[in-house]
Amino acid sequence: MPAEPFRVLMVDLTRGRGEYINFGDKNEHLGGSGLAAALFAAYADVSAPALAPEQPLIFAIGPLTGCYPLMSKTVCAFKSPYNEQYAESHAGGRLALSLRFAGIDALVIRGRSPVLSALAVGIRRLDFVDVHFLRGFDVFTTGKQLRKLHRSGAGHRSTLRIGPAGENQVAYACINVDTYRHFGRLGSGAVMGAKNLKAIVIDGGKSLPAPAGKDYPDVFKAIYDQVVDSGMMKKYHDLGTPENLLALNELSALPWKNLQSTKEAAIENVSGEAFARDLLLRKAACAGCPVGCIHVGLLREKYAANNDYLYRQVSYDYEPLFADGTMLGITSASGILAVMDEIERQGVDCMSAGVALAWATEAAQKGAIGLAETIVPLAFDDVAGYREAVRHLGNRTNEFYRLLGQGTMVAAAQYKGEDYACVLGQEMSGYATGEVFYISQAMGVRHSHLDSGGYSYDQKHTDKDAVKAIDFLVADEADRVALTSMVSCLFARNVYTPETLGRALSAMGLSGMAENLGKAARNIQKLRWKNKIDCGFKPREVKIPKRFYEVTNWKGQADPAYLEELKTYYASRIEALVSA
Amino acid sequence: MKILRAPRVERCVGCDSCSLACARLVHKRISWTTAGIRITSSGGLSTGFEAKICLACDPAPCAAACPTGSYSQRKGGGVRVKPDVCIRCGACAKACPVDAIYIEPETNVPFVCLHCGRCVGFCPHQCLEMIDAPGTADAAVPVTDAAQEKEASHAG
Repeated sequence: MPAEPFRVLMVDLTRGRGEYINFGDKNEHLGGSGLAAALFAAYADVSAPALAPEQPLIFAIGPLTGCYPLMSKTVCAFKSPYNEQYAESHAGGRLALSLRFAGIDALVIRGRSPVLSALAVGIRRLDFVDVHFLRGFDVFTTGKQLRKLHRSGAGHRSTLRIGPAGENQVAYACINVDTYRHFGRLGSGAVMGAKNLKAIVIDGGKSLPAPAGKDYPDVFKAIYDQVVDSGMMKKYHDLGTPENLLALNELSALPWKNLQSTKEAAIENVSGEAFARDLLLRKAACAGCPVGCIHVGLLREKYAANNDYLYRQVSYDYEPLFADGTMLGITSASGILAVMDEIERQGVDCMSAGVALAWATEAAQKGAIGLAETIVPLAFDDVAGYREAVRHLGNRTNEFYRLLGQGTMVAAAQYKGEDYACVLGQEMSGYATGEVFYISQAMGVRHSHLDSGGYSYDQKHTDKDAVKAIDFLVADEADRVALTSMVSCLFARNVYTPETLGRALSAMGLSGMAENLGKAARNIQKLRWKNKIDCGFKPREVKIPKRFYEVTNWKGQADPAYLEELKTYYASRIEALVSA
Repeated sequence: MKILRAPRVERCVGCDSCSLACARLVHKRISWTTAGIRITSSGGLSTGFEAKICLACDPAPCAAACPTGSYSQRKGGGVRVKPDVCIRCGACAKACPVDAIYIEPETNVPFVCLHCGRCVGFCPHQCLEMIDAPGTADAAVPVTDAAQEKEASHAG
């Protein structure tokens, strides 16, 4: 069967031009993670800095995008300004379907715009719009102005934008996608900022022919019914991922106060149940997903004496509630939303920002830094202080916030606080479950809790068999790569078993891809690791900060010997993958 | 004759499952726009969602505007569509008072709700319902969430 290439839009911001090219082989690179990794290998300069204008910012969708439920995510790949390594971040919203129906498999943005610009993309559109007047605008105000600037596709398009943090190239600045979703981790927002690109608007109004016959609608209906009626997705829709707060606290696995503890009585005020009872305003969904996991909370604020109120809508999930809540010792649900709202406005990754401020709070407690650095007093549970600090972080007000905006460990190295910096490759995710998770995030290709199910492995295995644990992580990663190449939401990983995925592809007339799926996924796994190693990642030099050994996790105290064994064996597996 | 209504659209989460179902099952397309129902936000996602659907006018201005008889009056409201005689002039979409007709930009083919109800089962929150057309013998007022709440508050 002849190779079918992807349709890729290459945009050169320096020249203000775009070009559609044919790229790669769909059976080999699949799409999503695979397509993004292949585009990075072809167009990135691994030896040049992440924020160099020529580096590509890649957005890729997959062969099943828009064709089945929960095939609703887009993969963003770039060289990370946080660690100068290959990075991949995922987001939902309307972006994936907008790209699909604009006829674009991947959008690759290179160069640097001469003025702060917005890029508008559609089936009959490629515009570069001067938006210098939006400089410094926060994410929400930017969104409102963009809606006035671009009328085409109003109400049914996707809008990506950055806030002050992205413009100021904070190393973990995020890209906001359609208000409630994000390319959160590892600094894609800073890459946009370095390209002088404030926003991207994608308007997709194209339709594609559905495969003939009953197979496709029948497979769709079976998957849809399973998603909606079987109860499999209830946890994501009901309380949502915040249901983890109470459960992980009970297991002594919820990080509190810069991981000084893992279980606190104050959980009752900030549990998923408390949010649903007191603050949940409504739910929303990514386009193409009937689950509706986006939980939007109502933040009501009295801003003047005479019963003058304003309200804000803040989307919440487990990870931001941990990072901007328990990690900062905040004991009121509305207080957490207030910090998250400021983080949204500035456009920083909510996980890295929360964990960075948690470190800064402990550093201030220990006297390692003072008001000269933090400008505003930082103390656990002080919501007003944190809101102010987030503004300084986004605007890089002084040398301290500039360093903290490069990453917690950068600031920790300067102020001698590495031991209590909760960094596992990047600022930690909210799982103090034990050694396997710590290693899986510290060494995972994305440094994400989503690379593989390390946190789940910890909870199911009490033995200390490093080979078994790492073999699980590597195999689980390959399965996830198949899904993120489609591009599925990982919440659907129990729905899209290899068999279901094969049926779904075959019903779309992609039986060749279905047959090659396992092999292609393993090759993509290798390519992602190769990209990361080529950028300089050294798995044997990974360090686990002292705090992770001190705190009680779900399994008790972390065992240094077991961690070392896990690290050594994982490093050898990574090296073998890349050299195979 | 039944017509499609969205009486509980306040529940809409914006998943587009209805539009995708219409395109897939009625028009044999994969699309969120070439469909008889389309979901949009109005002024940003924080404002919630609205459903763009044919309100089953009788007489229907789009049928009156159609120069070829591709659109003709449907009993109970809305239109019957004969795609073969459409000349893709777009007059129907211009005549629609509620922007319910989508013109596919690449082909200029108009798409409108046929009131067949195939989208209804794909709404995860029961926003949609097929009801008897107003004025017909069996017509009943669709039950909205607001009406349900009112009943509940008076109960007992």
